[in-house]
Amino acid sequence: MSVETQDVESDGAKVPLWNDPKVRALVSQAVLIGLVLWFGYEIVNNTFVNLEKRKIASGFGFLNTTASFGIIQTLVPYTEASSYGRVFFVGLLNTLLIGGIGIVVATMLGFLVGIMRLSKNWVVQKVATVYVETLRNIPLLLQIFFWYFGVLSALPNARNSLVLFGETVFLNSRGLYLPKPIFEDGSGAIWIALLVGIVAAFFVRRWATKRQEATGEQFPKFWATVGLVLGLPFLAYLLSGLPVSVEYSTKGTFNLSGGLQVIPEFVALLLALSFYTASFIAEIVRAGILAVSHGQTEAAHALGIKNSHTLRLVVIPQALRVIIPPLTSQYLNLTKNSSLAVAIAYPDLVSVFAGTVLNQTGQAVEILLMTMGVYLAISLITSMFMNWYNAKMALAER
Amino acid sequence: MKTKILAIAAGAAISMVAAQAASAATLDDIKKKGHVQCGVSQGLAGFSNPDDKGNWTGMDVDVCRALGAAIFGDATKAKYTALSAKERFTALQSGEVDLLSRNTTWTATRDTALGLNFAGVNYYDGQGFMVRKSLGVTSALQLAGAAICTNTGTTTELNVADGFRADKRRYEVVAFEKADEVVQAYDKGRCDVYTTDASGLYSQRLKLANADDHIVLPEIISKEPLGPVVRQGDDQWFNLVKWTMYLMLNAEELGVTSKNVDEMKSSGNPAVKRILGVEGNFGENLGVGNDWGYNIIKQVGNYGEVFDANVGPDTPLGIARGVNALWSKGGIQYAPPIR
Ligand SMILES: N[C@@H](CCC(=O)N[C@@H](CS)C(=O)NCC(=O)O)C(=O)O
Repeated sequence: MSVETQDVESDGAKVPLWNDPKVRALVSQAVLIGLVLWFGYEIVNNTFVNLEKRKIASGFGFLNTTASFGIIQTLVPYTEASSYGRVFFVGLLNTLLIGGIGIVVATMLGFLVGIMRLSKNWVVQKVATVYVETLRNIPLLLQIFFWYFGVLSALPNARNSLVLFGETVFLNSRGLYLPKPIFEDGSGAIWIALLVGIVAAFFVRRWATKRQEATGEQFPKFWATVGLVLGLPFLAYLLSGLPVSVEYSTKGTFNLSGGLQVIPEFVALLLALSFYTASFIAEIVRAGILAVSHGQTEAAHALGIKNSHTLRLVVIPQALRVIIPPLTSQYLNLTKNSSLAVAIAYPDLVSVFAGTVLNQTGQAVEILLMTMGVYLAISLITSMFMNWYNAKMALAER
Repeated sequence: MKTKILAIAAGAAISMVAAQAASAATLDDIKKKGHVQCGVSQGLAGFSNPDDKGNWTGMDVDVCRALGAAIFGDATKAKYTALSAKERFTALQSGEVDLLSRNTTWTATRDTALGLNFAGVNYYDGQGFMVRKSLGVTSALQLAGAAICTNTGTTTELNVADGFRADKRRYEVVAFEKADEVVQAYDKGRCDVYTTDASGLYSQRLKLANADDHIVLPEIISKEPLGPVVRQGDDQWFNLVKWTMYLMLNAEELGVTSKNVDEMKSSGNPAVKRILGVEGNFGENLGVGNDWGYNIIKQVGNYGEVFDANVGPDTPLGIARGVNALWSKGGIQYAPPIR
């Protein structure tokens, strides 16, 4: 050590090694990393030592154990004989379902209300203002209870269901019962046609845009898309000999059975989450639109572009750049807030996996790690997608 | 900078050591902090229920009060943490509570994989079903296709699944975390059936808008031995909880009550002398004073008194002793002798 110091000094440097900012920075960072690693190791080690000492089972073996409890909504086949690992997937899919549909509904509603708030029509504008001010100031959990215990449970009971569309759709306090399509053998053609339709629509739209840019000629993009995406599968359905039948709900002793049941827990959670989040999105949209200078609108009007086109083609694309980053955090919030599901028995990941399975097996560390990992992954993927979309919108500048 | 890092490191090191030492003798910790920290339900009349002043009463609460009396000679030296069925084991494992006395069923998994020990059974129960009278159902066997409300994280949830799985009947289980939400959902018609421990049914029924519109079906589909739970690995504390319960049963057997305990102190019966600490050093062996038994009976009462006061025929719950009678009176409550 002293020799080295000597060397540095003899090289003509005025600072000794311990005063060299570079060396100091390096050393202190190494020490910090070392401490963090040691801290992490200690936490993990401490956890295992204590689990061992308290004779609490650990490891991921429990994922193969039979769950032996029922779940009301499962998107993949599940029975009481399925494993805890299966419960994880059931919960995950239920979380993604509520998150996905919630985001779509909240976005549509949020844009609508945001634009309404800027309306010149006094009534429309006030309605939107009241909406935003009320919904974003009431705690979400209360809103969930309101929809669940207040609104939905006031529907008639199972024996006196509301019958809609001539005995095909039923509504009662146990949920909404819809006809369920049953895809029989040979229905594969329909799915292939759907896929082909989507791909074809994509290319047709690209071609149409290019042509419009080059020649100014317009093409009925919307109708072409509808035709391809809906028409092709329908054609396939007819040609392959009508392989889809419909199962209707029928009245049983207690409840309706058969058909597609949308449980009230899902509906209540969906309404609460999307109405609540929409109130925040509305403000973001309003701010975004206000951020686009009024000159843009005036210029568009001066060119004779009609009002709806001005909004859709001139204002919103520019506003989106301001809107997307805060919108992303609303999407993340919505997904994370869906874990309030537990209060009304909607079987999301937190409720069935971090709740029931944790309680049943007691393996808190493993289960919470997995659950946290899932939320982290969902959040990161959402952010990545939104960042990509944001970058795409930003590049649209010409 | 350097001193800051050092301080952080030292702090971290100390907290590690502290965390590792937390599972030491529970009884010493309790004596140090001056009260027993008891995990109870969020409100189940007759078992553990807070009044509007926050005072807890019930059979499960009386286990905690008896421990307060045994350790400190003062039954009020117990504090309560309200836990949902889902939270309860984590709270006990992590040391947030010293014991769980919360209508908890003794099962193999809980006794082993969860790292817990059941200290006995203070109420032998079984799972029952409640339905609206208007449904016209008279037996649990007619419940195929029904929507069933229950609590998550309970044996109840598992028993229902077992029952319907065994004979392949369809059903829809709506499982809530909080008991009050189950009751509300059932009351509002979300479910045809409310199922939980029979004792729970009697108690929750009192919360329904119109209790008389509902009936409890005759079938009992499971064994639910309910009792206090402690963490594994602390035999001294386990022993104290266990023998506190045995003492209350022995007292009932010997006819020692909170009313006559003072006279009984001068009883000639050696068994009575032993439980009241007049003879022997049973308290000392458990790590408490030898007058522990006297204090428990004087301040809380014997098992029969506790039963009658909280859930017995003269209470709103009106539950008969049934299997919970002493073994000598046709029941299965049986305590090893104190000698
Ligand atoms: N004995 C069963 C069920 C216990 C249970 O949680 N029952 C519910 C319904 S009676 C309850 O105590 N609720 C009261 C509360 O959550 O505060 C078990 O240990 O799993």
